[in-house]
Amino acid sequence: MHELSIATSIVDVAMETVDRLNASRVSAVNLRIGRLAGVDADALRFSFDVVTQGTRLEGAALAIAELPVVAFCDRCDRDVELPAANFMHCPLCDQVTGIIRQGKELEIASLEIDE
Amino acid sequence: MTTRIVEVRAGILKKNDELARDLRRRFESAGVFVVNLVSSPGTGKTAFLEHTLSYLLAHGRRAAAIVGDLETDNDARRLARSGAPVRQVNTHGRCHLEAENIGAELGAFGLTDLDYLFIENVGNLVCPSSYDLGEALRVVLLSVTEGEDKPLKYPTMFNSADVAIITKIDLAAACEFDAAAAHRAINDVRPGMRILELSAKTGQGMDAWYALLDDARRARHP
Repeated sequence: MHELSIATSIVDVAMETVDRLNASRVSAVNLRIGRLAGVDADALRFSFDVVTQGTRLEGAALAIAELPVVAFCDRCDRDVELPAANFMHCPLCDQVTGIIRQGKELEIASLEIDE
Repeated sequence: MTTRIVEVRAGILKKNDELARDLRRRFESAGVFVVNLVSSPGTGKTAFLEHTLSYLLAHGRRAAAIVGDLETDNDARRLARSGAPVRQVNTHGRCHLEAENIGAELGAFGLTDLDYLFIENVGNLVCPSSYDLGEALRVVLLSVTEGEDKPLKYPTMFNSADVAIITKIDLAAACEFDAAAAHRAINDVRPGMRILELSAKTGQGMDAWYALLDDARRARHP
């Protein structure tokens, strides 16, 4: 259950920006989480609500953009979106594709802050 | 009072990643090859590592280990039987090791006096995948008792590791282990992943592991 650790890390990283800008409050946190990042969005939301209590992120909305796995197929010569995270084959031509372009992201894209 | 959107574009685990990068630099300049072993609980990491440490020491290599568990120092005691220096980290509830845990133990070792440092992670195929420990090689282990489709259930971990090792191969017949199915599963989830099959107990397949270790180390520290 490491979503609690992840949520704590979100607060730590967000607070760097909050302190730098001297913001009074954060109203939203926008995340980008890839399907291969191994983080469950629901567990993360729950953990986020817990760890933000008493901080300037308390009450902030958590928006999570869940990114699919995208790989490069060298036979089709293009990026393809994989329907599953555990089957690295091109959905168009079935060629094995191990070149991952997207899917491992675990990022804070932006914050909505009150100054 | 105004509200505005501020771009951050930072990794959530930025702090761990920065610590891990520092560790990686330290390890590189000290010439120590670091291996992170991950698996479910009960796969056989400790037995595998104990045999590895014994072998390395018997062949004039200098090796040490850091082992993480929620509780007990049982694994550290077992590993110490090899004669290698070992440190036990108890997380008391955290399900994975982080770079900070590793950094805290390095004072016990003279890094420049080591050829290898092994990290036996907390038994867990989920959470350790997200945490860079500064290692040069990440090995995911799974035993013949765990089911051939195990890799399909844990794509994140298999995609974060460099090598897969199938353990307890001496039990394969008793488990009716389908090696071809296991290899297919690993290749479906991580095409081209290097796969070893071995038994720490009988020694079968361990030579290939020792050779892999040696080659990997030489590639980094020629």
